[in-house]
Amino acid sequence: MNRLLLVIVVVALYLLHQDFWLWREARPLMFGFLPVGLAYHAGYCLAVALLMWTLTRVAWPVHLEGAAPDTTRDGRR
Amino acid sequence: MIPALIVFGYLGVVLYIGIFAFRRARDRGAEEYFLAGRSLGPAVFLLSLFGTNMTAFTILGSAGHAFANGIVTFSLMASSSALVIPLTLFFIGTRMWALGKRHGFMTPVQMFRDRWECGHIGTAIFAVQAALLVPYIIIGVMGGGTALRGISGGVIPFWLGGAIVATVVMSYVFFGGMRGTAFVNTFQTVLFLSFGAIALVVIGRGMGGFPAAMESLLASPATAALLTRERISPWYYFSYTFIPLSTIAFPHIAIFCLTAKRMVQFKRTVIFYPICLLAIWLPCVFLGVAANSLRGLPAIEEKLEARAALAALPPDASAVDRGALRRQAAGDDVVLVMLDTFAPLWLAGILGAGIMAAVMASDSQILALSTMFTEDVFTFYGGTARFGENVQVQTGRIFVVLLTIVAYVIALRAPQGIFDLAVQYAFSGYAALSPLLVAALFWKRSTKWGALAVTLWVAFAVIYTSQVPGALAWYGLLPVVPMTLISAALMVVVSWVTPPPSAATVGRYI
Repeated sequence: MNRLLLVIVVVALYLLHQDFWLWREARPLMFGFLPVGLAYHAGYCLAVALLMWTLTRVAWPVHLEGAAPDTTRDGRR
Repeated sequence: MIPALIVFGYLGVVLYIGIFAFRRARDRGAEEYFLAGRSLGPAVFLLSLFGTNMTAFTILGSAGHAFANGIVTFSLMASSSALVIPLTLFFIGTRMWALGKRHGFMTPVQMFRDRWECGHIGTAIFAVQAALLVPYIIIGVMGGGTALRGISGGVIPFWLGGAIVATVVMSYVFFGGMRGTAFVNTFQTVLFLSFGAIALVVIGRGMGGFPAAMESLLASPATAALLTRERISPWYYFSYTFIPLSTIAFPHIAIFCLTAKRMVQFKRTVIFYPICLLAIWLPCVFLGVAANSLRGLPAIEEKLEARAALAALPPDASAVDRGALRRQAAGDDVVLVMLDTFAPLWLAGILGAGIMAAVMASDSQILALSTMFTEDVFTFYGGTARFGENVQVQTGRIFVVLLTIVAYVIALRAPQGIFDLAVQYAFSGYAALSPLLVAALFWKRSTKWGALAVTLWVAFAVIYTSQVPGALAWYGLLPVVPMTLISAALMVVVSWVTPPPSAATVGRYI
């Protein structure tokens, strides 16, 4: 269930990149100078950071870390 | 000349970092030279990986693109990457790291050869990857020459600037290998991350505040559209989300994923990557757009007039006239013009060093090609077994020198436009190679013949789209979309009709 929810969130964020509802809008200017379309995508980057934080908390591939020995190719630790 | 002196100081620091890394890592073998002994810590891993993926385009090109196209530059290139690149690092980078650690792989081709039980098909993948990477290295040398010429006010000619930058990069890659390159990249990333915020504040003050600049752009029908995305089609915009798939397929990024000491280092990287992108791209794009309001500056005024003349050209105007106007209207130097006008000399020098930091991103690509050559060709065809690991490392170093010299000679003789275009095609090519990684890591049934079909298709598609204008640009999409989808389809179809690798091999992967 958790995995399905995460897939839905990732796909939703991918779709939210296509913000067609702001396509022709420049106003409001956020903080008095940032066009709304640019401010939206700045916020989008922060939302992605939050998503990645969530993924590292709940979907981190721990099994890979355990499977890799902590040695170099020539056997040094 | 003061900014140029500060930049020379910066180049000296960079050189010292490379030689410092050499002292730490001397005589520790190929894994140390090419992968920093798989021992990079969390901060160096994050900052260096980010810096490796940022090029001259990040500061100069993004502002130039935004100057001509407006705020859409940010969502086309930055926010799409902010989602796709961390996801590929999370799902593909971590798996490559684990397999590299477990089986001793140092390049993606080594993994492909093992995973699909093939030899010469791996060599074909190496050839396509290498061919797509070379234009970046040439562009890096050109960027160095152009930036030093600009920062010194023309005192340092292009040929000398290119030679200086190429020599510095070659030296620290030669001596320091991956450790030197990673340390330098970390320093450079800190520098150009600070660049954006400082440039924004200094230029904003100089312009008398950004709100007035934005209002003046909105007041004119010629510039109001720069603050929206109304000039761009949604399909074209959507296509750009495929481009960042190229990142994990770039050999220098894939190889860099193998340098982390522990897998947990990917955690901070994937979380902070979008924030770093925001910190560097938002100021550059915004400044590029804001430059359109600087009608009082002759250098900007000329560009705006050339843009207006270009728009007014009749459809049957000659290509020469069109090209000349395009060059005049190009905005790649708008940030430099703004710094010249609004920043004090010493600050312009420090900011110039930030620009140099981005321009010198070719280091990891040179090292990656050297790693690929020595591992995928020299070692694979028996060189290391016959001559030993020390000879392999020396071969890698000689390769770095030869590659830099060849790139410099080409950079002096060929027009930059050719390589700018080549880099654009290479992005599509690497994105279309990404199904190789996905299939190798996630699909048991994938086969070497599927991999060969993808490789041949990508080689054909890159040549075809570069020779035939508009090729594969179906329904207003960029060619990268059909190229990548056809790659994925070829991998599936060809793999289904050919025999899979042995169960023992597959069992070691999935």
